Amino acid sequence: MSVATVRGVVVSEWTKVWSVPSTLWTLLLTVAVSVGFGRFVAGALSGPDVQGPADPLFAAFYSLTFGQLAIVVFGALVVGGEYSAGTIRASLSAVPRRGLFYTGKLLAATGIAVVVSVVTVFVTFFVTQSALGVNGVTLSDEGVPAAVAGACLYLTLITLFATGVAAMLRNPTLTLGILLPIFFLGAQGVGNVPGLKSFAQYLPDQAGSLIMHLAGPQDDPRWARDYGPWTGVGILALWAIAALVGGYLVMRRRDA
Amino acid sequence: MIEVENLSKRYGDKVAVDGLSFAVKPGQVTGFLGPNGAGKSTTMRMIMGLDRPGGGRATIGGRSYRDLREPLRRVGALLDAAGLHKRRSAYNHLLWLAQTNRIPKTRVREVLRLVGLEDAARQRAGGFSLGMAGRLGIAAALLGDPPVLLLDEPVNGLDPEGVLWIRTLLNDLAAEGRTVLVSSHLMSETALTAQHLIVIGRGRLIADTSVREFVRSAAPSHVRVRTPEPERLRDVLAAAGFPVKQASDGALEVYEAEADKVGELAAAHGVPVYESAVRTASLEEAFMRLTGEDVEYRGGGR
Repeated sequence: MSVATVRGVVVSEWTKVWSVPSTLWTLLLTVAVSVGFGRFVAGALSGPDVQGPADPLFAAFYSLTFGQLAIVVFGALVVGGEYSAGTIRASLSAVPRRGLFYTGKLLAATGIAVVVSVVTVFVTFFVTQSALGVNGVTLSDEGVPAAVAGACLYLTLITLFATGVAAMLRNPTLTLGILLPIFFLGAQGVGNVPGLKSFAQYLPDQAGSLIMHLAGPQDDPRWARDYGPWTGVGILALWAIAALVGGYLVMRRRDA
Repeated sequence: MIEVENLSKRYGDKVAVDGLSFAVKPGQVTGFLGPNGAGKSTTMRMIMGLDRPGGGRATIGGRSYRDLREPLRRVGALLDAAGLHKRRSAYNHLLWLAQTNRIPKTRVREVLRLVGLEDAARQRAGGFSLGMAGRLGIAAALLGDPPVLLLDEPVNGLDPEGVLWIRTLLNDLAAEGRTVLVSSHLMSETALTAQHLIVIGRGRLIADTSVREFVRSAAPSHVRVRTPEPERLRDVLAAAGFPVKQASDGALEVYEAEADKVGELAAAHGVPVYESAVRTASLEEAFMRLTGEDVEYRGGGR
């Protein structure tokens, strides 16, 4: 696998993404929903009659739980879209080595996810914090760099998790039918429901939400997780790696 | 050169390809024939490394497809015209394909011109007719200027002009010394394009021969004779050692005989002959005869 060979496959994967409107839309929506809804939340939490949010970082990243749904669709389409559109045979005819094909896809998807995540997180952060005015925080405040970095990692990893699941199921519709309800319920706080918490807190989105200050005040035993913020990111990373490995095994073994 | 050795594939308990062996030589168009469901597409997918063989192997120039570096420069394939993203333009479809194998962009323009799609290059493939999609598929197959071509039912959906175009194109490509394998379930169309035939039925090899030889051996020609005294002529011909059959309209069909000989025998025995004609079996008849027992989905008939 020479560098030039891999580069060719990555470039072609990038072409596949920009040459189809649906994938471009998912990326645009990720930014638009996160920033727009974040501005709305921050607006509701500021103003003369309001005391301001208990945690300004909650206001910064709460909207990502909705914006993530769009980038998860992107992640599912990266591999899954080839099966629904029927291009998978052409792709594997052009790049018959499954490992090379999968590597090229993941490098392209990761690159795009990182860029979109960083843009989304930074723009959302600055927009929400300026809306909060005096109650807002700046990048140099304590705990903020970790939360911002964590949010970028979160969006990237959740995208790759969806990519891996779609590669295992070989069907983007089925993938989204499973993942979107789970992530949507996660946004509704399912990780904190007393009976479910011991299990639900280890779900990929829940594990990653702690570092973004979305899991509630950790000094309150009702919200407290059994792991720390970076361990949470690690748990999400393990989910993503497991899904990606599973996707690779399916692609290597099954007929196209 | 494509070589298939003892290739097998089953789906569940259904055998799709059963111990198939053949070789496709360069410099001629080889027709890959069989009724629908005979295993043609499955065989082609295994040659392309898309489906794993249950047994045996398929190689191109001595190497299995999955081991080829930049395979589009070695093998061009049209597997299904539907393998296009509806929202992607023809140009971009060829562009991403080219990028995987480091084929220059100028070649994309070249193949679009070659198949007559340069004006539709920016159109979305979803708006293409079956014929245009087929042409785009051919363009994709030719992208890497490969010495080996595999085309699965390329004339499907093409208008008469398109059929003629592809026939000429395939023969030109073969004349340049390329290996060309074209599958079809249409015997007559294949006969016009191909010089060599590989016929399969129910996943097994039925014939691997030239088109001419195939017709001759599968359904021999005969002399058709109309006479008012069929019984007497029949005895005369039978005595001379020729197999004779009587057709439903009363005419005699004389096998293994020249028309001259039949006429001479009739004259010698004073049997009047109203009509005598040599009939060569059509390709369709030859095909039906050979694959008759191997048709998987047969019409109900009456």
